[in-house]
Amino acid sequence: MFENLSTALQKTFKNLRGYGRLTEKNVKDSMREVRMALLEADVNFKVARDFVKKVQESCMGDEVMGSITPGQLVVKKVQDELEELLGGAHREFELTGHPASVMMMGLHGSGKTTTSGKLAMRWKKSGRRVLLVACDIRRPAAVEQLMILAGQVGCDVIGPEPGESVPMLGKRAAKYAKDEKFDVVIYDTGGRFQVDDELVQELKEFSAETNPNNRVLVLDAAIGQESVNVAETFRDAVGLTGLILTKLDGDARGGAALSVHAVTGCPVLMTGSGEKMEDLEPFYPDRMASRILGMGDVVSFVEKAQGVVDQEEAMKMQEKLMKNQMDLEDFLSQIQQMKKLGSMSSLFDMMPGDAMKMDQKKKDAIATASELEMKKFESIIQSMTKWERQNPKKIDRPRRLRIAAGCGRKFQDVNQLLKRFEQMGKMGKQFKKMEKRLRHMKKFTTK
Amino acid sequence: MAGWLGALKKTRNIIGKVFSSKVNIDELDIEELEEILLRSDVPVRLTMDIVDELESPRRKATRRERLTELLMKELGETPEFNWPSDNKPYVVMLLGINGSGKTTTAAKLAKRAIGQGLKPMLCGSDTFRAAGSSQLKLWSEKVGCDFVGGEMGHDAAGVAYNAVESAIEKKCDVVLVDTAGRMHTKTPLMDELPKMCRSMDKRRAGAPDAVWMVLDASLGQNAVIQAKQFNEVVPLTGIIVTKLDGSSKAGFLFSVKTELNIPILFTGLGEDEDDLVPFNPEEFVNALFDENSDADEV
Repeated sequence: MFENLSTALQKTFKNLRGYGRLTEKNVKDSMREVRMALLEADVNFKVARDFVKKVQESCMGDEVMGSITPGQLVVKKVQDELEELLGGAHREFELTGHPASVMMMGLHGSGKTTTSGKLAMRWKKSGRRVLLVACDIRRPAAVEQLMILAGQVGCDVIGPEPGESVPMLGKRAAKYAKDEKFDVVIYDTGGRFQVDDELVQELKEFSAETNPNNRVLVLDAAIGQESVNVAETFRDAVGLTGLILTKLDGDARGGAALSVHAVTGCPVLMTGSGEKMEDLEPFYPDRMASRILGMGDVVSFVEKAQGVVDQEEAMKMQEKLMKNQMDLEDFLSQIQQMKKLGSMSSLFDMMPGDAMKMDQKKKDAIATASELEMKKFESIIQSMTKWERQNPKKIDRPRRLRIAAGCGRKFQDVNQLLKRFEQMGKMGKQFKKMEKRLRHMKKFTTK
Repeated sequence: MAGWLGALKKTRNIIGKVFSSKVNIDELDIEELEEILLRSDVPVRLTMDIVDELESPRRKATRRERLTELLMKELGETPEFNWPSDNKPYVVMLLGINGSGKTTTAAKLAKRAIGQGLKPMLCGSDTFRAAGSSQLKLWSEKVGCDFVGGEMGHDAAGVAYNAVESAIEKKCDVVLVDTAGRMHTKTPLMDELPKMCRSMDKRRAGAPDAVWMVLDASLGQNAVIQAKQFNEVVPLTGIIVTKLDGSSKAGFLFSVKTELNIPILFTGLGEDEDDLVPFNPEEFVNALFDENSDADEV
């Protein structure tokens, strides 16, 4: 998300950097551009206006005007303001209490049920016992959907009994969760076409019966100016503790993320960016701000890699690569680790610099192509015998044909994989040479 | 148009806000006017153009007249949609991103067709989302029409083929194919759509006869990008806007029309299965300038 906004802002700054001195006129002109960029990114019009006003004022201050590098100072000001707009420090769910409870709310189709499943997955992984409660009794098959998701996650789920009202169900679920000593209980409440009195009343009653310590609003990232109204109404009805933005895997411009906190004061807690149960990430305002300004988000990337890559395993792999002892088993486990990192395009977004500033479509095309290739390689290796995986050089033509038939790929694909693998081996050798040379040079310099 | 006004009024009463009657646009200063347009998600460039245009008093028309005229021009002609009577069954495919309201819209369209004396069939080809197909099955029982669906994990193209076949056997007039929601940026999922078209075409040449995209009214400028991407994969023949209520104004529709030139056919105004009405540009434009009393509370 934020690509367009990011491009527009960077263009503006580039212009500003060119001026030796800032004048009222060139600041004003660039702020007009910034405002347009914000509005086009679906940022609430009031938020956009205030933002521009604030930045403009601080640019006209003595500090900036008197500086030798005014352009850079403006960038800094904008970054600070953006961070502030996005909510300052990162905030987490309140997971204390026995059990901790989370009430999920939102309009129709915002992604409540899927997100409930994702949260359950996340907390289950961190060793908690999670209970999902299906409280959407209106939408056809909503309860069934949550049951299936609970099955995928592997956690408990309860749904309404015939004739039970939603607040009654909430009360029963809260008691059940307490008696059975669950750590977290997630209530997936029913969506509405729009916020109406009936919904507000039901949510109020439900909230009173269950007294959840997290009351979370789920919003579609592509929502327009309406985002602020929706968030305000929910906040006034039951009091929100946070927000989750969903469907960030599209090219939505994320204006809601920039507006909602500014208007309601509720922090964005998480973002959902895909259909897999793992596709849910914590939201860091500071990192998002630097991503918008094209400075990348290397911190998130490293954290993500640390989460999936086993440190010891990585060291072993590195050694093997250097000694050219890698076999296809190792290659396969590497591919599988890459996959755990999430979608390629989401990784691209975290990279700093102009190299990654291609347009979204190109980026997606490359991401999809490399994902498909990894999938292809994976299937080919999985169709090999153990002996073949350990002795890739000895795979002859008949074996290649058999492997191709086994995984339903082309003969050429098998060749391509083996060739790619061979190239990797060569790279390893080169690394080793470089290392030697470096060591040699060190000796030389320390003497 | 009673349906349209009725639904809008109903939703307003539900929200329980106090609305002033229509704002007197001629009294607003130009900045306030700009705000109204922007708040309704009217595209930024168009808003700027309109504001520039209105600032220069060229003709003797009132500002409101000129504004309405400019906006109406942007929307263009809206042809009325009727189910064709030849080449049965008439196959309609519904597309959109996740949560746009495809399934509910399919049910509403079925209800509409029944009301016009036709025999529709609903096809639940959403074999991806947990319980996606059974949601439509429940609707088909409620509305009272035939249903063909697939189990989770089945091939959507196969389900669509079966639906067309079954509709021919049962002599249905209309087949409404509900597809799984997909993000327009996910190439592999998008590629499934032409495949579905090909498999329906195999059973009855020319099917699907219509491809309609379902857009959520609360979307911002991203809606146009979504529609463009879908249009590149499967040429769209119509747009349906859902969840249009008193406060979601769907101003992005102005650029849907100019940038894609696809007619806007229906609007969903509520949760009932009767709340789907033909798109009325005049009411749509007028609705932008209603409900302004809370403009300054935002």
